[in-house]
Amino acid sequence: MRYFPRPDWALPDSAATPEGLFRNRRSVLAGLGAAGLLPSLALPAPALASTDVARLAPLKSKRTIATAETPTPLEAVATYNNFYEFGLDKGDPAENAASLKPSPWTLKVGGLVKKPLTLDVDKWIAALPLEERITRLRCVEGWSMVIPWVGTPLAALVKAAEPLSSAKYVRFTTLADPAQMPGLRLPALDWPYREGLRIDEAVHPLAFLAVGLYGRRLPNQNGAPLRLVVPWKYGFKSIKSIVAVDFVERQPLTSWNQSQPREYGFYSNVNPDVDHPRWSQATERRIGEFRKRATLPFNGYGAEVARLYKGMDLAKYF
Amino acid sequence: MTARLNAPPSWLKPGVHLLVVLPLLYLSFGWAELLWLAPGSLRLTAEPVAYTHNQLGLMAIRLLVAALAVSPIHRLTGWTPVMSLRRMLGLWAFAYASIHLGFYLLMELDWSLADLWKEALKRPFIFAGLLAFLALLPLALTSTRAAIRRLGGRRWQRLHKLVFLAGIAAAVHFILRVKGFQIEPFVYLGLLLLLYAVRLMPSRKRATPARSLPA
Repeated sequence: MRYFPRPDWALPDSAATPEGLFRNRRSVLAGLGAAGLLPSLALPAPALASTDVARLAPLKSKRTIATAETPTPLEAVATYNNFYEFGLDKGDPAENAASLKPSPWTLKVGGLVKKPLTLDVDKWIAALPLEERITRLRCVEGWSMVIPWVGTPLAALVKAAEPLSSAKYVRFTTLADPAQMPGLRLPALDWPYREGLRIDEAVHPLAFLAVGLYGRRLPNQNGAPLRLVVPWKYGFKSIKSIVAVDFVERQPLTSWNQSQPREYGFYSNVNPDVDHPRWSQATERRIGEFRKRATLPFNGYGAEVARLYKGMDLAKYF
Repeated sequence: MTARLNAPPSWLKPGVHLLVVLPLLYLSFGWAELLWLAPGSLRLTAEPVAYTHNQLGLMAIRLLVAALAVSPIHRLTGWTPVMSLRRMLGLWAFAYASIHLGFYLLMELDWSLADLWKEALKRPFIFAGLLAFLALLPLALTSTRAAIRRLGGRRWQRLHKLVFLAGIAAAVHFILRVKGFQIEPFVYLGLLLLLYAVRLMPSRKRATPARSLPA
Protein backbone atom coordinates (compact mmCIF):
# COMPACT_ATOMS: atom_id res chain seq x y z
CA MET A 1 0.00 0.00 0.00
CA ARG A 2 1.34 3.42 -0.93
CA TYR A 3 1.18 6.30 1.42
CA PHE A 4 0.85 9.82 0.10
CA PRO A 5 2.09 12.25 2.71
CA ARG A 6 0.10 15.45 2.90
CA PRO A 7 2.29 18.30 1.62
CA ASP A 8 2.76 21.15 4.05
CA TRP A 9 1.36 23.69 1.56
CA ALA A 10 -1.99 21.96 1.31
CA LEU A 11 -4.99 23.58 2.96
CA PRO A 12 -7.16 21.26 5.07
CA ASP A 13 -10.13 19.99 3.08
CA SER A 14 -12.45 21.90 5.37
CA ALA A 15 -10.91 25.18 4.27
CA ALA A 16 -11.39 24.62 0.57
CA THR A 17 -14.50 25.56 -1.37
CA PRO A 18 -15.77 22.47 -3.21
CA GLU A 19 -14.64 22.87 -6.82
CA GLY A 20 -18.13 22.56 -8.29
CA LEU A 21 -19.45 25.25 -5.99
CA PHE A 22 -16.46 27.45 -6.76
CA ARG A 23 -16.72 27.01 -10.53
CA ASN A 24 -20.46 27.62 -10.46
CA ARG A 25 -20.33 30.50 -8.01
CA ARG A 26 -21.90 32.83 -10.55
CA SER A 27 -24.96 30.64 -10.91
CA VAL A 28 -25.08 30.21 -7.13
CA LEU A 29 -25.10 33.99 -6.82
CA ALA A 30 -27.70 34.20 -9.56
CA GLY A 31 -29.82 31.72 -7.61
CA LEU A 32 -29.50 33.85 -4.50
CA GLY A 33 -30.48 36.83 -6.63
CA ALA A 34 -33.49 35.04 -8.03
CA ALA A 35 -34.51 34.11 -4.50
CA GLY A 36 -34.45 37.80 -3.67
CA LEU A 37 -31.43 37.39 -1.39
CA LEU A 38 -29.15 39.53 -3.49
CA PRO A 39 -29.98 42.86 -5.08
CA SER A 40 -29.17 41.88 -8.62
CA LEU A 41 -30.72 42.24 -12.04
CA ALA A 42 -31.25 39.26 -14.28
CA LEU A 43 -28.63 40.05 -16.94
CA PRO A 44 -26.06 37.27 -17.25
CA ALA A 45 -22.43 38.21 -16.63
CA PRO A 46 -20.19 38.05 -19.71
CA ALA A 47 -18.40 34.81 -20.52
CA LEU A 48 -15.10 34.16 -18.81
CA ALA A 49 -11.82 32.96 -20.23
CA SER A 50 -11.90 29.96 -22.50
CA THR A 51 -8.84 28.67 -20.64
CA ASP A 52 -10.35 27.15 -17.55
CA VAL A 53 -8.01 28.67 -14.99
CA ALA A 54 -9.23 26.39 -12.20
CA ARG A 55 -8.00 23.35 -14.15
CA LEU A 56 -4.40 24.47 -14.58
CA ALA A 57 -1.84 22.34 -12.77
CA PRO A 58 -0.99 23.58 -9.27
CA LEU A 59 2.61 24.55 -8.49
CA LYS A 60 4.45 24.27 -5.22
CA SER A 61 6.43 27.37 -4.36
CA LYS A 62 7.95 29.39 -1.57
CA ARG A 63 6.95 33.05 -1.22
CA THR A 64 10.02 35.30 -1.39
CA ILE A 65 8.66 38.74 -2.28
CA ALA A 66 5.38 40.20 -1.08
CA THR A 67 3.77 43.60 -0.85
CA ALA A 68 1.18 45.14 1.44
CA GLU A 69 -0.93 45.88 -1.63
CA THR A 70 -3.92 43.69 -2.43
CA PRO A 71 -3.30 41.34 -5.36
CA THR A 72 -5.53 41.94 -8.39
CA PRO A 73 -8.25 39.25 -8.51
CA LEU A 74 -7.36 36.25 -10.69
CA GLU A 75 -10.44 36.80 -12.85
CA ALA A 76 -9.17 40.26 -13.79
CA VAL A 77 -5.58 39.06 -14.32
CA ALA A 78 -6.83 36.32 -16.66
CA THR A 79 -9.31 38.41 -18.69
CA TYR A 80 -7.54 41.74 -19.21
CA ASN A 81 -4.48 41.11 -21.34
CA ASN A 82 -2.33 42.62 -24.04
CA PHE A 83 -1.22 39.66 -26.14
CA TYR A 84 -1.62 40.86 -29.72
CA GLU A 85 -0.90 37.38 -31.11
CA PHE A 86 -4.47 36.60 -29.97
CA GLY A 87 -6.18 39.87 -30.93
CA LEU A 88 -6.05 43.56 -30.15
CA ASP A 89 -8.83 43.86 -27.56
CA LYS A 90 -8.03 43.28 -23.90
CA GLY A 91 -10.57 40.44 -23.81
CA ASP A 92 -9.33 38.75 -27.01
CA PRO A 93 -6.46 36.73 -25.48
CA ALA A 94 -8.76 35.16 -22.89
CA GLU A 95 -11.22 34.30 -25.64
CA ASN A 96 -8.78 33.11 -28.29
CA ALA A 97 -5.73 31.71 -26.50
CA ALA A 98 -7.22 28.23 -26.04
CA SER A 99 -5.58 27.41 -29.40
CA LEU A 100 -2.12 27.81 -27.83
CA LYS A 101 -0.49 24.50 -26.92
CA PRO A 102 1.85 25.23 -23.99
CA SER A 103 2.79 21.59 -23.53
CA PRO A 104 5.05 20.14 -24.82
CA TRP A 105 7.17 23.26 -25.21
CA THR A 106 10.82 23.66 -26.09
CA LEU A 107 12.92 26.59 -24.97
CA LYS A 108 16.18 27.18 -26.81
CA VAL A 109 18.93 29.12 -25.10
CA GLY A 110 21.78 30.04 -27.40
CA GLY A 111 23.91 32.72 -29.00
CA LEU A 112 27.12 33.77 -27.29
CA VAL A 113 27.16 31.05 -24.62
CA LYS A 114 29.39 28.22 -23.59
CA LYS A 115 26.46 25.90 -22.95
CA PRO A 116 23.58 26.19 -25.41
CA LEU A 117 20.49 24.63 -23.85
CA THR A 118 17.40 22.99 -25.26
CA LEU A 119 14.88 22.66 -22.47
CA ASP A 120 11.74 20.57 -22.26
CA VAL A 121 9.82 23.19 -20.33
CA ASP A 122 7.50 20.79 -18.48
CA LYS A 123 10.44 18.76 -17.16
CA TRP A 124 12.40 21.90 -16.41
CA ILE A 125 9.51 23.36 -14.37
CA ALA A 126 9.14 20.09 -12.45
CA ALA A 127 12.81 20.21 -11.49
CA LEU A 128 12.89 23.90 -10.49
CA PRO A 129 12.82 25.21 -6.95
CA LEU A 130 9.93 27.64 -7.49
CA GLU A 131 9.42 31.01 -5.82
CA GLU A 132 6.28 33.05 -5.45
CA ARG A 133 6.69 36.80 -5.84
CA ILE A 134 3.89 39.31 -5.52
CA THR A 135 4.94 42.23 -7.68
CA ARG A 136 3.41 45.21 -9.42
CA LEU A 137 2.92 45.21 -13.18
CA ARG A 138 2.62 48.67 -14.79
CA CYS A 139 1.41 48.74 -18.39
CA VAL A 140 2.71 51.49 -20.68
CA GLU A 141 -0.96 52.31 -21.35
CA GLY A 142 -1.45 53.61 -17.81
CA TRP A 143 -3.00 50.73 -15.87
CA SER A 144 -1.45 48.42 -13.32
CA MET A 145 -2.00 45.16 -11.45
CA VAL A 146 -0.49 43.34 -8.48
CA ILE A 147 0.18 39.72 -9.40
CA PRO A 148 1.39 36.70 -7.42
CA TRP A 149 3.77 35.14 -9.94
CA VAL A 150 5.39 31.72 -9.56
CA GLY A 151 8.72 31.09 -11.22
CA THR A 152 12.46 31.33 -10.96
CA PRO A 153 15.00 34.15 -11.16
CA LEU A 154 16.14 34.77 -14.73
CA ALA A 155 19.71 34.89 -13.43
CA ALA A 156 19.61 31.12 -12.83
CA LEU A 157 18.97 30.44 -16.51
CA VAL A 158 21.62 32.97 -17.55
CA LYS A 159 24.19 31.30 -15.33
CA ALA A 160 23.27 27.82 -16.55
CA ALA A 161 24.00 28.87 -20.13
CA GLU A 162 27.39 30.36 -19.18
CA PRO A 163 27.41 33.44 -21.45
CA LEU A 164 30.69 34.45 -23.06
CA SER A 165 32.25 37.76 -22.04
CA SER A 166 31.26 39.16 -25.44
CA ALA A 167 27.55 38.70 -24.58
CA LYS A 168 26.22 42.14 -23.58
CA TYR A 169 22.49 41.74 -24.16
CA VAL A 170 19.83 39.06 -24.00
CA ARG A 171 17.15 38.75 -26.67
CA PHE A 172 13.86 36.95 -26.01
CA THR A 173 11.52 35.69 -28.73
CA THR A 174 7.85 34.72 -28.49
CA LEU A 175 6.36 31.83 -30.43
CA ALA A 176 4.98 32.89 -33.82
CA ASP A 177 2.81 30.07 -35.07
CA PRO A 178 -0.19 31.18 -37.17
CA ALA A 179 -1.89 27.85 -36.48
CA GLN A 180 -1.96 28.63 -32.76
CA MET A 181 -2.07 32.42 -32.87
CA PRO A 182 -4.88 33.96 -34.95
CA GLY A 183 -3.63 37.50 -34.28
CA LEU A 184 -0.53 36.96 -36.42
CA ARG A 185 -2.72 37.61 -39.46
CA LEU A 186 -2.84 41.29 -38.46
CA PRO A 187 0.22 43.46 -39.09
CA ALA A 188 -0.03 45.13 -35.65
CA LEU A 189 3.67 44.41 -35.05
CA ASP A 190 6.55 42.78 -36.90
CA TRP A 191 6.25 39.16 -35.74
CA PRO A 192 7.66 37.28 -33.93
CA TYR A 193 7.44 39.46 -30.83
CA ARG A 194 10.92 40.15 -29.48
CA GLU A 195 12.18 41.80 -26.32
CA GLY A 196 15.56 42.38 -24.78
CA LEU A 197 17.51 43.24 -21.65
CA ARG A 198 21.02 44.37 -20.96
CA ILE A 199 22.88 41.47 -19.37
CA ASP A 200 23.22 43.24 -16.01
CA GLU A 201 19.46 43.78 -16.04
CA ALA A 202 18.91 40.13 -16.88
CA VAL A 203 20.92 38.89 -13.89
CA HIS A 204 19.36 41.39 -11.48
CA PRO A 205 17.58 39.43 -8.73
CA LEU A 206 14.24 41.11 -9.57
CA ALA A 207 14.24 39.87 -13.19
CA PHE A 208 12.04 36.80 -13.12
CA LEU A 209 10.94 33.96 -15.37
CA ALA A 210 7.33 33.20 -14.47
CA VAL A 211 5.77 29.81 -15.13
CA GLY A 212 2.65 30.36 -13.07
CA LEU A 213 0.40 32.77 -11.21
CA TYR A 214 -1.95 32.38 -8.29
CA GLY A 215 -0.34 29.05 -7.46
CA ARG A 216 -1.03 27.39 -10.81
CA ARG A 217 0.59 27.09 -14.22
CA LEU A 218 0.19 30.22 -16.36
CA PRO A 219 -3.09 30.62 -18.21
CA ASN A 220 -2.42 30.73 -21.97
CA GLN A 221 -3.51 34.36 -22.20
CA ASN A 222 -0.91 35.33 -19.59
CA GLY A 223 1.96 33.87 -21.61
CA ALA A 224 2.04 30.12 -20.96
CA PRO A 225 4.17 28.19 -20.44
CA LEU A 226 6.84 30.72 -19.49
CA ARG A 227 7.25 34.46 -19.65
CA LEU A 228 9.44 37.23 -18.40
CA VAL A 229 8.46 39.44 -15.45
CA VAL A 230 10.52 42.62 -15.20
CA PRO A 231 8.58 44.54 -12.56
CA TRP A 232 10.45 47.85 -12.87
CA LYS A 233 9.78 48.14 -16.62
CA TYR A 234 6.58 48.70 -18.59
CA GLY A 235 4.59 45.54 -19.09
CA PHE A 236 5.44 45.01 -22.76
CA LYS A 237 9.03 44.23 -21.73
CA SER A 238 7.70 41.18 -19.86
CA ILE A 239 7.52 39.06 -23.01
CA LYS A 240 5.13 36.09 -23.08
CA SER A 241 5.28 32.48 -24.31
CA ILE A 242 9.04 32.51 -24.88
CA VAL A 243 10.61 30.01 -27.30
CA ALA A 244 14.13 31.42 -27.56
CA VAL A 245 16.63 33.23 -25.37
CA ASP A 246 19.73 34.44 -27.22
CA PHE A 247 22.84 36.13 -25.90
CA VAL A 248 24.09 38.84 -28.26
CA GLU A 249 26.75 41.51 -28.46
CA ARG A 250 24.69 44.48 -29.69
CA GLN A 251 21.45 45.91 -28.36
CA PRO A 252 18.76 43.76 -30.01
CA LEU A 253 15.91 45.15 -32.08
CA THR A 254 12.76 44.81 -29.97
CA SER A 255 9.21 44.78 -31.33
CA TRP A 256 7.63 47.94 -29.89
CA ASN A 257 10.86 49.91 -30.13
CA GLN A 258 11.15 48.90 -33.77
CA SER A 259 7.51 49.75 -34.51
CA GLN A 260 7.48 53.22 -32.88
CA PRO A 261 10.94 54.18 -31.64
CA ARG A 262 9.78 57.63 -30.50
CA GLU A 263 7.16 56.11 -28.23
CA TYR A 264 8.70 52.92 -26.86
CA GLY A 265 12.34 52.93 -25.87
CA PHE A 266 14.58 49.90 -25.46
CA TYR A 267 14.86 50.48 -21.71
CA SER A 268 11.22 51.40 -21.00
CA ASN A 269 11.79 51.71 -17.28
CA VAL A 270 8.63 52.90 -15.51
CA ASN A 271 9.18 56.64 -15.19
CA PRO A 272 6.51 59.16 -14.15
CA ASP A 273 8.73 62.03 -15.34
CA VAL A 274 9.02 60.91 -18.95
CA ASP A 275 5.64 61.02 -20.69
CA HIS A 276 4.66 58.81 -23.56
CA PRO A 277 4.40 61.25 -26.51
CA ARG A 278 0.65 60.75 -26.58
CA TRP A 279 -0.26 60.39 -22.92
CA SER A 280 1.03 61.12 -19.42
CA GLN A 281 2.94 58.49 -17.43
CA ALA A 282 2.65 60.42 -14.16
CA THR A 283 -0.38 58.45 -12.98
CA GLU A 284 -1.89 55.02 -13.43
CA ARG A 285 -5.15 53.27 -12.70
CA ARG A 286 -4.82 50.17 -10.56
CA ILE A 287 -7.22 47.56 -11.90
CA GLY A 288 -10.16 47.44 -9.50
CA GLU A 289 -9.84 51.11 -8.58
CA PHE A 290 -11.60 54.01 -10.29
CA ARG A 291 -9.37 56.93 -9.35
CA LYS A 292 -5.85 57.26 -10.62
CA ARG A 293 -2.81 56.94 -8.37
CA ALA A 294 0.71 58.32 -8.74
CA THR A 295 3.17 56.22 -10.73
CA LEU A 296 6.44 55.55 -8.90
CA PRO A 297 9.89 55.73 -10.49
CA PHE A 298 10.97 52.22 -11.52
CA ASN A 299 7.46 51.15 -10.49
CA GLY A 300 8.50 51.44 -6.84
CA TYR A 301 11.60 49.25 -7.22
CA GLY A 302 14.06 52.15 -7.43
CA ALA A 303 15.91 51.15 -4.27
CA GLU A 304 16.77 47.83 -5.92
CA VAL A 305 17.37 48.77 -9.55
CA ALA A 306 18.25 52.49 -9.84
CA ARG A 307 21.96 51.66 -9.56
CA LEU A 308 21.78 49.86 -12.92
CA TYR A 309 21.22 53.21 -14.60
CA LYS A 310 23.64 55.40 -12.67
CA GLY A 311 24.88 58.29 -14.80
CA MET A 312 22.40 57.58 -17.61
CA ASP A 313 20.06 60.30 -18.88
CA LEU A 314 16.74 58.51 -18.38
CA ALA A 315 14.90 61.01 -20.59
CA LYS A 316 17.23 60.11 -23.46
CA TYR A 317 17.41 56.38 -22.72
CA PHE A 318 13.68 56.09 -21.99
CA MET B 1 -51.29 62.92 -50.40
CA THR B 2 -47.56 62.81 -51.29
CA ALA B 3 -46.67 64.13 -47.84
CA ARG B 4 -48.56 61.29 -46.20
CA LEU B 5 -46.96 58.69 -48.44
CA ASN B 6 -43.49 59.95 -47.52
CA ALA B 7 -44.21 60.12 -43.79
CA PRO B 8 -41.92 57.71 -41.93
CA PRO B 9 -43.55 54.55 -40.60
CA SER B 10 -44.58 55.03 -36.99
CA TRP B 11 -42.08 52.45 -35.66
CA LEU B 12 -39.04 53.89 -37.39
CA LYS B 13 -38.01 56.69 -35.06
CA PRO B 14 -38.85 55.01 -31.73
CA GLY B 15 -37.13 51.86 -32.99
CA VAL B 16 -33.92 53.71 -33.84
CA HIS B 17 -34.03 55.67 -30.57
CA LEU B 18 -34.25 52.39 -28.66
CA LEU B 19 -31.43 50.78 -30.63
CA VAL B 20 -29.17 53.75 -30.09
CA VAL B 21 -29.83 54.16 -26.37
CA LEU B 22 -29.15 50.47 -25.60
CA PRO B 23 -25.33 50.76 -25.32
CA LEU B 24 -25.78 53.69 -22.94
CA LEU B 25 -28.23 51.69 -20.82
CA TYR B 26 -25.82 48.75 -20.76
CA LEU B 27 -22.96 50.97 -19.59
CA SER B 28 -25.19 52.58 -16.96
CA PHE B 29 -26.27 49.18 -15.71
CA GLY B 30 -22.63 48.06 -15.64
CA TRP B 31 -21.69 51.04 -13.50
CA ALA B 32 -24.67 50.58 -11.18
CA GLU B 33 -23.48 47.00 -10.73
CA LEU B 34 -19.88 48.06 -10.07
CA LEU B 35 -20.78 50.78 -7.61
CA TRP B 36 -23.66 49.18 -5.71
CA LEU B 37 -24.85 45.74 -6.82
CA ALA B 38 -21.75 43.65 -7.45
CA PRO B 39 -18.42 45.43 -6.95
CA GLY B 40 -15.70 43.60 -8.83
CA SER B 41 -18.03 42.58 -11.64
CA LEU B 42 -16.17 42.12 -14.90
CA ARG B 43 -19.13 43.05 -17.10
CA LEU B 44 -17.31 46.19 -18.30
CA THR B 45 -13.96 44.31 -18.35
CA ALA B 46 -11.38 44.51 -15.58
CA GLU B 47 -10.74 48.15 -16.54
CA PRO B 48 -14.27 49.59 -16.69
CA VAL B 49 -13.05 53.18 -17.00
CA ALA B 50 -11.08 52.56 -20.19
CA TYR B 51 -13.88 50.33 -21.51
CA THR B 52 -16.44 53.09 -20.93
CA HIS B 53 -14.24 55.73 -22.62
CA ASN B 54 -13.81 53.44 -25.62
CA GLN B 55 -17.44 52.39 -25.96
CA LEU B 56 -18.76 55.97 -25.68
CA GLY B 57 -16.26 57.20 -28.26
CA LEU B 58 -17.00 54.29 -30.60
CA MET B 59 -20.74 54.96 -30.41
CA ALA B 60 -20.18 58.67 -31.12
CA ILE B 61 -18.14 58.00 -34.27
CA ARG B 62 -20.47 55.21 -35.43
CA LEU B 63 -23.50 57.49 -35.08
CA LEU B 64 -21.68 60.27 -36.90
CA VAL B 65 -21.04 57.87 -39.77
CA ALA B 66 -24.70 56.78 -39.62
CA ALA B 67 -25.94 60.39 -39.71
CA LEU B 68 -23.71 61.16 -42.67
CA ALA B 69 -24.89 58.03 -44.45
CA VAL B 70 -28.55 59.12 -44.37
CA SER B 71 -28.51 61.44 -47.40
CA PRO B 72 -26.49 59.07 -49.62
CA ILE B 73 -28.82 56.21 -48.67
CA HIS B 74 -31.78 58.38 -49.58
CA ARG B 75 -30.20 59.23 -52.92
CA LEU B 76 -29.33 55.62 -53.59
CA THR B 77 -32.66 54.04 -52.61
CA GLY B 78 -35.10 56.91 -52.97
CA TRP B 79 -36.59 55.89 -49.61
CA THR B 80 -37.63 59.27 -48.22
CA PRO B 81 -38.53 58.20 -44.64
CA VAL B 82 -34.85 57.57 -43.92
CA MET B 83 -34.34 61.34 -44.01
CA SER B 84 -36.35 61.65 -40.80
CA LEU B 85 -33.44 59.91 -39.00
CA ARG B 86 -30.71 62.35 -39.93
CA ARG B 87 -31.20 64.93 -37.19
CA MET B 88 -31.76 62.36 -34.42
CA LEU B 89 -28.67 60.35 -35.41
CA GLY B 90 -26.61 63.53 -35.44
CA LEU B 91 -27.95 64.57 -32.04
CA TRP B 92 -27.28 61.10 -30.63
CA ALA B 93 -23.72 61.28 -31.94
CA PHE B 94 -23.38 64.59 -30.12
CA ALA B 95 -24.93 63.10 -26.96
CA TYR B 96 -22.44 60.20 -26.92
CA ALA B 97 -19.57 62.61 -27.69
CA SER B 98 -20.68 64.83 -24.78
CA ILE B 99 -20.85 61.92 -22.33
CA HIS B 100 -17.47 60.69 -23.67
CA LEU B 101 -15.94 64.12 -22.98
CA GLY B 102 -17.75 64.45 -19.64
CA PHE B 103 -16.53 61.04 -18.51
CA TYR B 104 -12.97 61.99 -19.49
CA LEU B 105 -13.25 65.25 -17.53
CA LEU B 106 -14.62 63.40 -14.51
CA MET B 107 -12.29 60.39 -14.44
CA GLU B 108 -9.02 61.83 -15.77
CA LEU B 109 -9.09 65.57 -15.08
CA ASP B 110 -11.31 66.10 -12.01
CA TRP B 111 -13.49 68.54 -13.99
CA SER B 112 -10.61 70.93 -14.55
CA LEU B 113 -11.18 72.81 -17.83
CA ALA B 114 -7.73 74.37 -17.41
CA ASP B 115 -6.23 70.85 -17.47
CA LEU B 116 -8.34 69.98 -20.49
CA TRP B 117 -6.87 72.96 -22.32
CA LYS B 118 -3.34 72.01 -21.23
CA GLU B 119 -3.80 68.41 -22.35
CA ALA B 120 -5.29 69.53 -25.68
CA LEU B 121 -2.29 71.72 -26.42
CA LYS B 122 0.17 69.05 -25.34
CA ARG B 123 -1.37 65.99 -26.98
CA PRO B 124 -2.53 65.95 -30.60
CA PHE B 125 -5.00 63.15 -29.93
CA ILE B 126 -6.81 65.14 -27.24
CA PHE B 127 -6.71 68.20 -29.51
CA ALA B 128 -8.34 66.25 -32.34
CA GLY B 129 -11.03 64.87 -30.02
CA LEU B 130 -11.82 68.28 -28.58
CA LEU B 131 -11.90 69.78 -32.08
CA ALA B 132 -14.44 67.14 -33.14
CA PHE B 133 -16.61 67.96 -30.14
CA LEU B 134 -16.38 71.74 -30.66
CA ALA B 135 -17.28 71.30 -34.33
CA LEU B 136 -20.41 69.33 -33.36
CA LEU B 137 -21.48 71.77 -30.66
CA PRO B 138 -22.88 74.56 -32.90
CA LEU B 139 -24.62 71.93 -35.03
CA ALA B 140 -26.42 70.52 -32.00
CA LEU B 141 -27.35 74.03 -30.86
CA THR B 142 -28.86 74.88 -34.26
CA SER B 143 -30.69 71.62 -34.79
CA THR B 144 -34.21 72.95 -34.21
CA ARG B 145 -36.61 74.12 -36.91
CA ALA B 146 -36.65 77.55 -35.27
CA ALA B 147 -32.86 77.79 -35.59
CA ILE B 148 -33.00 76.84 -39.26
CA ARG B 149 -35.59 79.57 -39.83
CA ARG B 150 -33.59 82.12 -37.88
CA LEU B 151 -30.35 81.38 -39.76
CA GLY B 152 -31.92 80.91 -43.15
CA GLY B 153 -31.56 77.67 -45.06
CA ARG B 154 -28.41 78.52 -46.95
CA ARG B 155 -26.48 79.84 -43.95
CA TRP B 156 -27.66 76.90 -41.87
CA GLN B 157 -26.41 74.48 -44.51
CA ARG B 158 -23.06 76.22 -44.70
CA LEU B 159 -22.69 76.05 -40.91
CA HIS B 160 -23.58 72.36 -40.92
CA LYS B 161 -20.69 71.59 -43.26
CA LEU B 162 -18.73 71.58 -40.00
CA VAL B 163 -19.85 67.96 -39.69
CA PHE B 164 -17.09 67.06 -42.15
CA LEU B 165 -14.48 68.64 -39.90
CA ALA B 166 -15.99 66.82 -36.91
CA GLY B 167 -15.85 63.47 -38.68
CA ILE B 168 -12.23 63.80 -39.83
CA ALA B 169 -11.13 65.10 -36.42
CA ALA B 170 -12.91 62.21 -34.66
CA ALA B 171 -11.27 59.64 -36.94
CA VAL B 172 -7.83 61.22 -36.42
CA HIS B 173 -8.49 61.20 -32.65
CA PHE B 174 -9.15 57.45 -32.87
CA ILE B 175 -6.12 56.73 -35.12
CA LEU B 176 -3.80 58.62 -32.76
CA ARG B 177 -5.19 56.83 -29.73
CA VAL B 178 -4.40 53.21 -30.54
CA LYS B 179 -1.11 51.38 -30.12
CA GLY B 180 0.71 49.84 -33.06
CA PHE B 181 -0.91 49.61 -36.49
CA GLN B 182 -4.60 48.86 -36.15
CA ILE B 183 -7.08 48.70 -38.98
CA GLU B 184 -10.32 49.63 -37.17
CA PRO B 185 -9.79 53.42 -36.87
CA PHE B 186 -8.77 53.58 -40.54
CA VAL B 187 -12.03 51.83 -41.45
CA TYR B 188 -13.94 54.74 -39.88
CA LEU B 189 -11.75 57.28 -41.67
CA GLY B 190 -12.32 55.42 -44.94
CA LEU B 191 -16.10 55.32 -44.41
CA LEU B 192 -16.19 59.05 -43.65
CA LEU B 193 -14.10 59.90 -46.72
CA LEU B 194 -16.37 57.70 -48.84
CA LEU B 195 -19.46 59.47 -47.51
CA TYR B 196 -17.88 62.84 -48.30
CA ALA B 197 -16.83 61.68 -51.76
CA VAL B 198 -20.34 60.58 -52.79
CA ARG B 199 -21.55 64.10 -51.98
CA LEU B 200 -19.10 65.53 -54.50
CA MET B 201 -20.51 63.41 -57.30
CA PRO B 202 -23.16 65.10 -59.48
CA SER B 203 -26.66 64.26 -58.29
CA ARG B 204 -28.61 61.83 -60.44
CA LYS B 205 -31.79 63.92 -60.36
CA ARG B 206 -30.12 66.74 -62.23
CA ALA B 207 -28.29 64.42 -64.60
CA THR B 208 -31.34 62.45 -65.77
CA PRO B 209 -33.42 65.26 -67.31
CA ALA B 210 -30.34 66.69 -69.01
CA ARG B 211 -29.69 63.39 -70.76
CA SER B 212 -33.35 62.82 -71.60
CA LEU B 213 -33.59 66.12 -73.50
CA PRO B 214 -32.37 64.97 -76.95
CA ALA B 215 -34.58 61.89 -76.88
